[in-house]
Amino acid sequence: MTLKRSLSFIAAAAFSLNAMAWQPSGKVECIAPSDPGGGWDFTCRSAGNVMRDLGLVEGTVQTINMAGAGGGVAYAHTVSKRAEDDKLIVAASTATTTRLAQKQFPGLDADMVTWVGALGADYGVIAVGKDSQYENLNQLLDAIKQNPKSVKFAGGSARGGWDHLKVLITAKAAGADKLPAIPYLSYNNGGEAMTQVVGGQVDAFTGDISEVTGFLSSGDLRVLAVLADERLPGEFADIPTAKEQGVDAVGPNWRGFYMPQGASSESKAFWVEAVDTLYASEQWKKVMKANGLIPFHPPADEFDSFVKQQVQDIENLSREIGLLK
Amino acid sequence: METLGFLMDGFAVALTPYNLMFALFGAFVGTLIGCLPGLGPANGVAILIPLAFTLGLPPETAMILLTSVYAGAMYGGRISSILLNIPGDEPAMMTCLDGYPMAQKGRAADALAISAIASFAGGLIGTIGLIMLAPVLARFALSFGPAEYFALFLLAFATLGGITGKNPMKTVIAATLGIMISTVGIDISTGTQRYTFGVLELYEGIDFILAIVGLFAISELLFFVESRMGGGRKKMNVGKLTLTFKELVSTVPTQLRGGVLGFISGVLPGAGASLGSFISYTLEKSVIGKKGRFGEGDIRGVVAPEAGNNGASSGALVPMLTLGVPGSGTTAVLLAMLISLNITPGPLMFTQNADIVWGVIAALLIGNVLLLVLNIPLVGFFVRLLSVPPMYLLPIVTMVAFVGIYSISNSAFDLYFMVAFGVAGYFLRKLEIPVVPIILGLLLGPEMEKNLGHALVLSDGDWSILWESTLAKSFWLVAALSLVLPYVVGPVLRRRMNAAMKESPTSD
Repeated sequence: MTLKRSLSFIAAAAFSLNAMAWQPSGKVECIAPSDPGGGWDFTCRSAGNVMRDLGLVEGTVQTINMAGAGGGVAYAHTVSKRAEDDKLIVAASTATTTRLAQKQFPGLDADMVTWVGALGADYGVIAVGKDSQYENLNQLLDAIKQNPKSVKFAGGSARGGWDHLKVLITAKAAGADKLPAIPYLSYNNGGEAMTQVVGGQVDAFTGDISEVTGFLSSGDLRVLAVLADERLPGEFADIPTAKEQGVDAVGPNWRGFYMPQGASSESKAFWVEAVDTLYASEQWKKVMKANGLIPFHPPADEFDSFVKQQVQDIENLSREIGLLK
Repeated sequence: METLGFLMDGFAVALTPYNLMFALFGAFVGTLIGCLPGLGPANGVAILIPLAFTLGLPPETAMILLTSVYAGAMYGGRISSILLNIPGDEPAMMTCLDGYPMAQKGRAADALAISAIASFAGGLIGTIGLIMLAPVLARFALSFGPAEYFALFLLAFATLGGITGKNPMKTVIAATLGIMISTVGIDISTGTQRYTFGVLELYEGIDFILAIVGLFAISELLFFVESRMGGGRKKMNVGKLTLTFKELVSTVPTQLRGGVLGFISGVLPGAGASLGSFISYTLEKSVIGKKGRFGEGDIRGVVAPEAGNNGASSGALVPMLTLGVPGSGTTAVLLAMLISLNITPGPLMFTQNADIVWGVIAALLIGNVLLLVLNIPLVGFFVRLLSVPPMYLLPIVTMVAFVGIYSISNSAFDLYFMVAFGVAGYFLRKLEIPVVPIILGLLLGPEMEKNLGHALVLSDGDWSILWESTLAKSFWLVAALSLVLPYVVGPVLRRRMNAAMKESPTSD
């Protein structure tokens, strides 16, 4: 028994030694599947900078913007053209899993890449204008349960997108039926959607916590619930979670990376380790704080199953509301 | 007072050496682009957008660069009008009427100097108007719901017809083309794919930057190729500056009138700088009456349209910054830039992106000063640049456009699309179908559709929500008037404009 354990320990040590021995030489690329300026672009650029500062990579991490199909162009590119590239990581988030779940990348699924790790998350919120009649999440949900059309939501994603799904996850957790009947108005981004809620045109806002900071501090918006397991740190500590109000709904919009499936196991081990080191660093904590990201980092061996579970959950929900047949 | 504080913050943003450098660069390049016949402010801004991305400029710097180019192009347009009798861009057309006669009389330097000063005055008046009015309009904008937005976009489409072209039907065709192109992609209101044919690159729709660069810049190149002439046929003696201070002072009322009128026509969505310079010129003519020698080189005939079109260029930023509605072709391009930078143009820009907005406004003020300083001594230099043969100019412009677009998306697909837009733009312009309404259709069509859908969701399918509020009602009224009035007032205006052209002995 002891012998077996120590043998496996030696094997593991040898493996990890081996893993650490591999280091990318030359140019490393990070694909941001969007135009410059968005969340994925931010993930690549800021993570790339910190990786270079920490000495994880020799040179710089070059960010390549590859917009199209909400990440689909980059996903197809990784799967078909870069399938064995050891020096490539691609930025991803819950938007990626949502589209995978809803089969919006034709012929592609979540098993075709290797999920490396998460670097933090932006948690979902349900909010109303300051003059709204709804004081807490349950009042709002009771109204929906009585008449699904009574509360109109505005959000920054397309119909069926992540902002819409957060409403459905919450309503479902509260036991509401007729989910497809809940009115959802999609805007180009969260800011535009919030304008409508602050101006009193639409009843409620669904989005991420980082989007509401401005209107939260100005007092124009009342956040009824944050869709996290526990209360968020710092300035958000006053906001109740959905869970403590008796509604078991969680909606993390994580940010992280995937890489080509066919890359060598040494390089995969290297990148997992690199993301762990990056996440633990002081520099990254500063980046997270400055950009409204909340700690979220499933252990390396659980991240892959977390992603696949999320894809499965979203798929089930999308089927239920008739977005997917 | 609050406004002043914001403006000071804006100056703090705009006056950093880094931003100031880009403002200077933008002002210079803008003037250059403006004075090249055919290349107007919209092209200038469209050409430089890719550069802003390639350099990875922060949003406020990118906007400062592009607004400087915008203001610069408005200044530059007059140079070729005065020296060659070829308007550098559309709004500079009216400057030909008295500018060229002045140049023929050997007063080219005077004309260039006074028009630079008039441009400065117009720009200053417009920017002050922007500072005073924009925050008021911004607060008012929060009361806009989907129904009001729908009526507003309807208004924007309605005003298009009377102004951009001779033939309203062609304008309608162009706008329809734009709306049709905009339907490609995943519809955000329903999640349905439209006209994507399973091609991943089409899922997010067709990027309007491709359409803008293709329709304006590349079609322009094709025209250059066809005609193989790009100005530079005559060289004119610039002459010595003989402008007296007394003469300058005598034009002050003209500058004020031109600037204010220009600003007002700039604020109205769909009107813009050409209207501003035209109205300023015609008003000035009727105010001065027979005392002036308009069309024969009257200095006020140069001052009025220049003050007008620069006032309008600032005025056009009011609806863009506060409502997200472009007041002109150039602001449509700027709007596209803002969206690409992940900034929502609209009611909350003044609150959410105050640093960018006030940085841009301060940059506009600084840009105007820079342009004034830049324009007077550099007149001789700009004249020489007009004679650059198209065979050198062409490849440079093409290269900038291609490298820029490719560097944004890393997609050859986009380049094909851009070339296709360029070829389409060439034929459309041959058919005298204006391209600006295509861009507006592409930009505003989806917004109009989205707001119509949203309004109907809010009202549970009751169409009357669209004209329920007083605000919406007034938009419908103005829209109806703008559809009808051109048929009543348009011919009158056009007759006057033709008369003005005929009276000028050197207009052809």
